[in-house]
Parts: sequence; C-alpha cells; structure tokens
Amino acid sequence: MLTIKNLHVKLEEEDKVILKGVDLTVDDGKVHAIMGPNGSGKSTLSYVLSGRDGYEVTDGTAELDGADLLAMEPEERAAAGLFLAFQYPVEIPGVGNMTFLRTAVNAQRKARGEPELSAADFLKEVRAKAKSLKIDAEMLKRPVNVGFSGGEKKRNEILQMAMLEPKMCILDETDSGLDVDAMKLVAEGVNALRGKGRSFLVITHYQRLLDHIQPDVVHIMADGRIVKTGGPELALEVETNGYAGILEETA
Amino acid sequence: MGVPQAKLDATQARLAALSLPKGANWAAVARQDALSRVQAMGLPGRRDEYWKYTNPATLVQPDAPPAAVLETREPPIFAEIDRLKIVFVDGVFDAAASDDLDRSGLEIELLTDATSTDIHWARDLYGVLEARGQSPVHRPLAALNSAFANQGVVIRVTGAAACPVSLVYLRRSENSDAVIHHVIRVEEGADLTLLEDGPASARFNQVIEVDVADGGSFHHVRAQGRDHERRAATHIFARLGRESTFKSFTLSVNGALTRNEAVIELTGDNAVAHVAGAAVGDGDFHHDDTVFVTHDAVACESRQVFKKVLRNGATGVFQGKILVKADAQKTDGYQISQSLLLDEDAQFLAKPELEIYADDVACSHGSTSGAIDEDALFYLRSRGVPQAQAQDLLVLAFLAEAIDEIEDPSIAADILSRLDGWLKRHHH
Ligand SMILES: Nc1ncnc2c1ncn2[C@@H]1O[C@H](COP(=O)(O)OP(=O)(O)OP(=O)(O)O)[C@@H](O)[C@H]1O
Ligand SMILES: [Mg+2]
Repeated sequence: MLTIKNLHVKLEEEDKVILKGVDLTVDDGKVHAIMGPNGSGKSTLSYVLSGRDGYEVTDGTAELDGADLLAMEPEERAAAGLFLAFQYPVEIPGVGNMTFLRTAVNAQRKARGEPELSAADFLKEVRAKAKSLKIDAEMLKRPVNVGFSGGEKKRNEILQMAMLEPKMCILDETDSGLDVDAMKLVAEGVNALRGKGRSFLVITHYQRLLDHIQPDVVHIMADGRIVKTGGPELALEVETNGYAGILEETA
Repeated sequence: MGVPQAKLDATQARLAALSLPKGANWAAVARQDALSRVQAMGLPGRRDEYWKYTNPATLVQPDAPPAAVLETREPPIFAEIDRLKIVFVDGVFDAAASDDLDRSGLEIELLTDATSTDIHWARDLYGVLEARGQSPVHRPLAALNSAFANQGVVIRVTGAAACPVSLVYLRRSENSDAVIHHVIRVEEGADLTLLEDGPASARFNQVIEVDVADGGSFHHVRAQGRDHERRAATHIFARLGRESTFKSFTLSVNGALTRNEAVIELTGDNAVAHVAGAAVGDGDFHHDDTVFVTHDAVACESRQVFKKVLRNGATGVFQGKILVKADAQKTDGYQISQSLLLDEDAQFLAKPELEIYADDVACSHGSTSGAIDEDALFYLRSRGVPQAQAQDLLVLAFLAEAIDEIEDPSIAADILSRLDGWLKRHHH
C-alpha cells in the first residue's frame, strides 16, 4: 500500500533537516502505529506525504500502490486515496462544514471519473455517519471547525475520513484532546473502516488509543528516523519505560 | 475660500461641454442652484483630501474616455426575478425595451416628465438631499449631476411594492457619457426593492436620492457592469425617518474606475441603515467605496460592510465615516472594510473614521488586508478539492459577510452566480 524509502526532508526556508532517511512499508489492510518523542518528525512525515508546502525532499521516495506520491498535487494524493487526519485541524470561517464535505467528496469522485453523489444520498450518508460519531446536525451547519472544541475537531476529522473512504489513512495524534468516550467513538469509527483495501498509520503518544485500535506493527521514530520496529508489545514498553531505553539501545 | 485657478479651469472646461436641460420653473431653479454649487466648489482635483486615493481626472475631463463594449454571453442578471424592468441604453430611457410603467401600481415617471410638470412631489427632493450631502464634505460630481441630468426615474411608493423595480443599464456606444438621476420617496410604512445592473455607459455619473419616511423600508441591490474599461461615479443620498430601514448592497466586477459614494442621514429614532459592497478586480481595476453615515437621532443602527478581492495590479479604496451627533444617544455603529489580496501587486487603501459627540454609543470599526490563508487552502486541497476550487471557496467565504447583507435569497443567489462567473473566468 504505502512504501517509503530513505526519505530525507529539510525545511524549504532554512537549512534544517527534519527527516533523515525514513524507511517504512505499510501493507494492505494493516494498521501501523508510530510513536516517538516530541519533535522527532512524525507530523512532518505526515505533511510531506500529503503534500504540504514548505518542505523539500532531498532524497528518497514515497509511493502509494506504486504511484509516486511526491510528484502529485495535494488534491491528487487525496483522490489517489491518501487521507491525513490533522494533529491541528484548521478552522475555515465562512465555509460551511456540509458544503466543504460535499465539495470534497464530489471533487474526489470527479477526479476518479466516478459520478457525483446526489444531494439526497450525500445528506443521508453524512447524517448516518455523523450520528455514529455523535456529531450533531448543528455542528454540520457551522463553518468548518470554527468554534469546535478540541475533541469535536478530531471527531470531525474522522467524519471526513468516513465520508471520503480513503485507502491510506494517516491519523496524527487524533487521540489527543479526546475524552475517554470520544476516544472509543473514534476507535470504533476507525475499526469499522478496517479491512482489505484500507491501511492505517496511527501517530500517537499513548498506549490508550492502541488498546482500542490494535496495531499490527509499531514503529518508534526518533530524530527523523524509524529507529525500532516491533509488535504491539513495543507500545507497552514505551508506556511503562518511556523512550530512554529504546533510544539508548539504538543509538 | 477661493477655488484654485487650475480647478476653476478644469471645472469651466467640463461645464462648457454641457447645457442645462429645459423644464418647469422649480426644476430650472433646482438645476441652477446645483450649477452654482458646482461653481462654488469646483470639480474634484487630485489635490483634494477626499480624492487622495482615487484620481478624479477621467471623471472630470470634458469628454468620456472611450471604453470598449464587452461582448458577453453571460445571461442577464435578475432575469428570473419577477420585476418591473426599466431599461436605459447608453444612459437614455428605452421605452420599447422597458415594461409598462403605468402597470406597476407604483407612481413611476421619467425624470424628464416629472421635471416638466409645474407641481410635482419630486420638487421637495430633487437636488435637495444631494445639497444636504454637500456638508461637511463636498461632492461636486453629484451637484454636477443634479444640474445637468435629464434622464432617470422618480418613484413614489405608498404601500408594499408588488415586485422590485429593476433598472437595467445597457451600453452600445464606446463613447457614451451618461448622467442619470433618480428620486425615490418611500412613504410611511411603504416598502420598495430597487435592483440595478449593467455597465450604463463608457462614463457614468449617477445620483440616487432616497427619502424613506417613518416605518418605510428600502432595499437596494446593484450589480455594476463588468465592462473592463467603463468608469463610474455614483452617489446615493439617503434620509431615513423613524423606525425606517435602508439596505444597500453593491457587487462590482471589474471596471477601470468606480467610485461609489453613499451618504446616509439617520434623522428619525430607531432607524436602521446597512451599506455593503463586494468588489472583485483583476488588473486595471480601481474601486473606491466612500461612505458617510450621520447619526442624528436616538437608538439608530448603522452597518458598513465592504470586502474587496484584488489581484494583478487592482486597487481597492475604502473611505468610511460614522458621524454621531451629540443628540444621537444609543447609537449602534459598525464598520468593517477588508481586502483579500490574491498577489503582491494588488493594493488596498483604507481610511476608516469615527467622529462621536454623544457619550452613550457603541461604535466599532476595523480594516484589514490579507492574503489567502495557506493553511486553509492546504486543508481543503488535502481533502481533494482542486486548488482553484479551494481558492474560490475561500474567496466566497471572505465575501460572505457582505453578501449576507442581501435579504432576499433569490437575489443573493443571482449575485453569487455573478461572482462564480468572475471566479471561473479569472483562474490563473
Ligand atoms: N515549518 C517549520 N518551521 C520550523 N521548524 C519546523 C517546521 N516544521 C517542523 N519543524 C521542526 O521539525 C521538528 C519536527 O517537528 P514535527 O512537528 O514533525 O514533530 P512531531 O514528531 O510531530 O512532534 P509532536 O510529537 O510534538 O507532535 C521539530 O523540531 C519542529 O520544530
Ligand atoms: Mg506532531
């Protein structure tokens, strides 16, 4: 599904290298987790994969099902099936959440040569999915993320993911800011989408989310590299001992 | 207070090209008075403080600079709205293209007819509101209009008008130099919606005088023609009675030069006045909104909401003032002017002013100038919305506060589709 090889990334504006050779392969239907200290480059990796400005790839490749992600515009990556749930979802005053969702769904369908979803079908689907995430209709009418609480913003990200049905979902700290019940809702949302044809890369600091979303593989990222890869037990080790031990043994 | 020689010369040169229309005695007096005002003030010049950001030269020079007539297949705006259509071609009333004025149920007459009648209600307003609006700031182009206009309509509404009156300004000539003057009286408790659209002429000088009596309401929505080379100086002078409502919205799409002035006097308690504008310009576009709202009664509300989207050398200007007189307690005044600069060549010049002599008032104003929010743009694109479409969404979001001032949803939808057309034509 997702194949990243030797990815090196620096900031465009300054000589700061952030990713120093990331290698990562996520197979179809798998859930991978990435943990790692603050500032190790986890969000940067997710931004570079989704095509945000401001970064320069100096070496390496990233492919989604064999297609060169790095050569595509952000909207092309989305249409190809990539989705990023932002660590900090953006507020867009003046653009209604519904309008936004519908524009996005139909733009992707159009890019893939599929027919647009009718207004009625769209509404039905959005209502059902919002309900399962306990997002009330009032929130859907408001401008995108404006005045949403931290947890509401995160749930809104998962709603977008559920509507867009991407192949490769990157969740950047979707659990931060969520209360215990909301975390369960989000995990249920993710688990409902799990299966063949869809993979996940879940960035998190806490084992708690991984109790609900069982990962197949766990990676530890430090200083711009994946320094250790293992099974779910690796997350438990981080939870009890922190990163110190792991970083020492890999240094 | 002497008028500088250069200004006198420019004024004389312009006046030499014009002659006062014939009419009834009262009209002749009103026009002569207006002419005297012009001569006393002189026409606007580059040195005038009120024209600091907009060069009036082409509005003042004797002949209109020629403007190519735009060929467009865009369907006419407001076409689906049930309306009484009054058509002017190059500034001249076209009876054949217009609806039957007698059928309207309103009192509508042509200005030529009204000003030829010895006794007419319009005599209390023609040039009168314009003259009131000459203080504290001079507006000589409006006085010039009152002196020489011979085209326009006078409308008196006594109940709720059955449908909007729609003034359509077509243009066929590259050199037309139209002067149009409308007078509108909304009687107590009456209600009128006025629509305007079209480029009018190569150069357009327009005055609308609106007198809204107690409890009356007046809604105005204007889509200024998108001909690239046209020039326009428009003035709306409004006087509002007790508990009356005045709402005016203007969409300006291109045009080499536009100066829209609104001069609004709240003279009765609890009156409400909203003036709003959305202007979008690409390239050779200079757009100036100049607004002066005077609160002269208790507990009135005024809002000024102006938004401009500019790119590729376009210039936006906003001069907005709220004057609150000493007796105008409990005034609620709001003013916002914002520009969205789509590139580094565009510029926005704003002069927001508050002048307050009452002590129990709530007035706020703000002016900003900014670029597209890159984070929002990326967020939209990351969801699959193509760049151009994402930018359009953000532009429309930026303009929303101004467009929200249009109360009628079908009229707002027409304005939005005009904007959509502009956005699609201007994807770079
Ligand atoms: N645009 C930028 N300008 C300056 N520094 C940046 C920029 N983007 C990232 N960085 C720096 O790059 C490093 C990696 O940041 P990144 O956000 O990827 O870390 P992270 O692993 O997601 O951290 P966290 O766990 O705190 O979310 C940090 O030191 C950060 O300050
Ligand atoms: Mg991060």
